[in-house]
Amino acid sequence: MAADIIRLVDVSKVYGDGDATVRAVDDVSLLVKEGDFLAVMGPSGSGKSTLMHILGCLDVPTSGEYLFAGEDVASMNERELASIRNRRIGFVFQQFHLLPSMSAWRNVELPLLYRAARDRKQTAMNALAQVGLSGRVQHRPNQLSGGQQQRVAIARALVTDPTMILADEPTGNLDSRASREVLDILTGLHKSGHTIVLITHDPNVASVAERVVEMADGHLKDRVAA
Amino acid sequence: MSLLRTFDTGMRGLLGHRLRSILTTLGILFGVAAVICTVGIGTASADSVNSRIASLGTNLLTISPGSTTSFGVRGGSGSANTLTMQDVTGLEDKADVPDVAAVAPVVEGTATLVSTSSNWSTTVQGSTPGWLMTNARTLSDGVFFTQAQVNEHAQVVVLGQTTAEELGATVGSQVSISGAPFDVIGLLTASGSTGFTNSDDLAVVPITTAQDQITGGSPDSVQRILLSATSTATIGSAYLEADQLLLQTHHITNSASADFNITSASTLASTAASVTTTLTILLASVAAISLLVGGIGVMNIMLVSVTERTQEIGLRKALGATPRDLLRQFLIEAATLSFVGGVLGVGAGLLAGVLVPRLANIAVTITPTPVIIAVAVAAGVGLIFGVYPAARAARLAPIAALRAE
Repeated sequence: MAADIIRLVDVSKVYGDGDATVRAVDDVSLLVKEGDFLAVMGPSGSGKSTLMHILGCLDVPTSGEYLFAGEDVASMNERELASIRNRRIGFVFQQFHLLPSMSAWRNVELPLLYRAARDRKQTAMNALAQVGLSGRVQHRPNQLSGGQQQRVAIARALVTDPTMILADEPTGNLDSRASREVLDILTGLHKSGHTIVLITHDPNVASVAERVVEMADGHLKDRVAA
Repeated sequence: MSLLRTFDTGMRGLLGHRLRSILTTLGILFGVAAVICTVGIGTASADSVNSRIASLGTNLLTISPGSTTSFGVRGGSGSANTLTMQDVTGLEDKADVPDVAAVAPVVEGTATLVSTSSNWSTTVQGSTPGWLMTNARTLSDGVFFTQAQVNEHAQVVVLGQTTAEELGATVGSQVSISGAPFDVIGLLTASGSTGFTNSDDLAVVPITTAQDQITGGSPDSVQRILLSATSTATIGSAYLEADQLLLQTHHITNSASADFNITSASTLASTAASVTTTLTILLASVAAISLLVGGIGVMNIMLVSVTERTQEIGLRKALGATPRDLLRQFLIEAATLSFVGGVLGVGAGLLAGVLVPRLANIAVTITPTPVIIAVAVAAGVGLIFGVYPAARAARLAPIAALRAE
């Protein structure tokens, strides 16, 4: 039986206090197993971004239990969170977030700088090859198309061989052809055994996942994948 | 993250933002160079003023006769003939005036000097061996006359440099003054023109000889008495002691009606010193302002750069950088910019110190203190404003930093 990667039990995230209290994430429970491809879908304001921050260990829940690959994340301090993000999670953002002054391979190398890693350049090159960008390693982000930039970002997420890839609206800034490319890569990664959590508002994007959960007003409901 | 790798990351951060790095370095460079150069100019002018004052002899006092009153009209200062050789003898008594190191009476006249090759009209002063010390002069050749030569009315003369050149006279040659033959026994070292008189154009002879043959008048009366205090510090007490003694020997009870005046070069010196101080303060303010402007420039660029890189900070945090990693990275970037700017600034300042005197004929004296202060301030500003906003950004939640526009 596959190991639990994400185990959320009654997790809430509350902002503000008094009358202005907002329960962005309200009593959410979720289980993601190794090798899963899960899409979290919901309109803006549904709390899916807040959930993504908690899942990505970028933020800690106000209450509830969160075990990431067996580690208790809810009680971690900033240093430990930084370490778990580095070791375990590969991020893909809507805005790509590549550093404009660095070449593609330097961008991919970035997470390796924050851990003990050997052969960083070779590892980065391998990750770029996985997303089909071996011919663009020396290019700066502004010399690459949107789709290529997002593929560099995926390579950066892959380079640390993470336990989970967390993609937040990865196609949000891309045209349909580039979106297709990116989703194909994610599907391919899933087939080769990676655990992927995809956050999106778009049902067509969510449809590539095995399993879709829907977020509305901070609550989560399971939905069978289309 | 290891230090070496942080250093590597910091360097790449700098190279990735070349223009900004160059601008920051330039800000520090010009701030430091401006301070070094302006303070150098200030120091040089202060030095030159001080050395000119020192050449006047800051421990010298001059006693001149007071004014006469005839028919109710006060004559000009010096019109009275009240100073005598007795005053000189009194002032030479260490018991009464312990802070006076040397005394020299002076009588003065104008005479024509004739050498074998030319003639020259100049000031002839009659004095005693104390003349050298009380005028803060030295000899470039030969000797000064002795007290024995004064006593025996010797026909010897010591010439100023200009006078000697005009006459073509050297030590051992003979000149005639007002028709009488004199042996040239010494030459004065050039002192430069100070004040209104050319102190290199004169002849000095024993006071007795001068009274006999040049100035005439009573052998007892002198035109002025020069005093030299034991040091610059004792000039005040030397002044009081001389004043006291002369009032007493002249039987004057009210110092307001004294028949003599005592003036000191230190009055001039203190005026000049305050001018120098003002000049130094002025230049130091200019330097401080240029450093401040440079510092504000550095501060702006650093603040902008860190704000602009909030997203980068957020991304690095998301990818696993700890606040300490980020702080170190920005510290290394800021320290490198400050260091390079500081070193280049010192270089530029030193270069200006060499070029300015050649191009503008302004002396520049570079001392270590302003160099150290300028580098410390510029580097400090660069470090503080490079690191402080970065430290703030490093504490932001990664998400907030990532979303920053």
